[in-house]
Amino acid sequence: MNGATVRITLNGRPFEVEEGCSVAAAVARLGVPFRHSVRGEPRMPLCGMGVCFECRVCIDGVAGQRACMVPVRAGMQVTTDG
Amino acid sequence: MAERYDVLVAGAGPAGLAAAQAAAAQGARVAVLDAQPRAGGQVWRHDIRHAPSSRAARSIRAGLERPIAWMPGTSVVAAEGDALLVQTPNAAQWLRYRSLVIATGARELLLPFPGWTLPGAVGAGGAQALAKQGWPLAGKRVVVAGSGPLLLAAGATLRKHGAIVLAICEQAEAAALRGFAAGLWRWPGKLLQAAQLRLQLAGVPYRAGTVVRRALPGPNGDALRAVEIESPRGPEKLACDRLAVGYGLLPNMELAHLLGCATRSHGAHAAVQVDARQRTSLDRVYAAGEACGIGGVDCARLEGSIAGLAATDTEVPVNLLRQRDHARAFAASVQRTFDLRPPVRALADADTLVCRCEDVTLGMLAGHADFRGAKLATRCGMGACQGRICGAALAELGRFPQAGCRPPLFPARLSTLAHSESNA
Repeated sequence: MNGATVRITLNGRPFEVEEGCSVAAAVARLGVPFRHSVRGEPRMPLCGMGVCFECRVCIDGVAGQRACMVPVRAGMQVTTDG
Repeated sequence: MAERYDVLVAGAGPAGLAAAQAAAAQGARVAVLDAQPRAGGQVWRHDIRHAPSSRAARSIRAGLERPIAWMPGTSVVAAEGDALLVQTPNAAQWLRYRSLVIATGARELLLPFPGWTLPGAVGAGGAQALAKQGWPLAGKRVVVAGSGPLLLAAGATLRKHGAIVLAICEQAEAAALRGFAAGLWRWPGKLLQAAQLRLQLAGVPYRAGTVVRRALPGPNGDALRAVEIESPRGPEKLACDRLAVGYGLLPNMELAHLLGCATRSHGAHAAVQVDARQRTSLDRVYAAGEACGIGGVDCARLEGSIAGLAATDTEVPVNLLRQRDHARAFAASVQRTFDLRPPVRALADADTLVCRCEDVTLGMLAGHADFRGAKLATRCGMGACQGRICGAALAELGRFPQAGCRPPLFPARLSTLAHSESNA
């Protein structure tokens, strides 16, 4: 680990996050659900490897992306559904 | 225009990397694709804070050495003839092949139980993967549960990332584990690995014959705060922040199903049927590693090498075949030891959600004879994951056998689908 960070925007707020971490790991710092289920339950990632789709968020305007599959990039804008 | 390769390898885990290396050594034009942004598969998943083992680093380097074309973040969407339609991070493309190696690996078997949808409940392998991706775990109290050797590996990774591992709860009974340990001398490498993991987990209770019956929320109901376990000592409640629970692994079969490869039963699931040289039922299509049945990293490496040689019409050394058989024998021993006991399949009650995407409970599925009927009536398996989680869980619970796959294999961009018309 080299301690480098990148600046991204999570739900409109700027954050410094570890370079190389996934969007899922970055969003986890917010302490809010990634999405809400059909019945309105809060949900967070389950499989960590792109199978369960529970971690889907909107990245740079593209909805439904699996946060565990995408490494953070400087300037990235991420929004959760809740 | 479709790009054409002598050998196309789907999956950049140990099996795929070994296949690519073996094929490239024969002078073949090779491409390797993987849905993940980095090579290594799950077992050699890149850890953002800790350096990889030298073996993993070496294998990944060798498997992607030029002139091998490496396509990260690339998923197979559809297939036609001798070509695959893939979606890359920015585009779509047809890839044609003379030989194809299916090295799609495994996923975790996640089974429903009351509370498993609470934030804080994750897969055991899932928790490990997320930890390596930088998921914050420092000071979190974690219960690791489920079944199989992965629990030790997950526990060790979580601890390395600062988690307080309260216990490892293994559903297999102590007698089965003792029998397994007694036979480990046949695989000295595995024995060493098990000893190393135990050392890394010094002080963490390893509890046999123990299952998590329920995950419980805190007072405001929105996150996991405790689990209820059932062990030979009776029921107990453990306060914790995270539950990492997984019941072993099962082959990723989407691509094999899409192509129409013959399969064999792998417990309640399917695995690709291959011959001694990793040939599937389809001409010039090979499979290696976990897709052929859960066998672990050594088995995957050996099968990958065999597949890479076979795919380039190269003689496979007898020694390699023998080593593979020995590695497969270990896999069979693991399978026997960690065979799921009936209480695990009885954890979900009528109110437990089975389909997390569409919020379908087990009770809502009563009266449906097959998955198709259940899907049409309840939307079970119709959500974003396309039944990847609930389909496997229901098969394991003995409800519905799993059906095949139809393209697109995962939700794809419209531009990708439009590209499917242009297979030149």
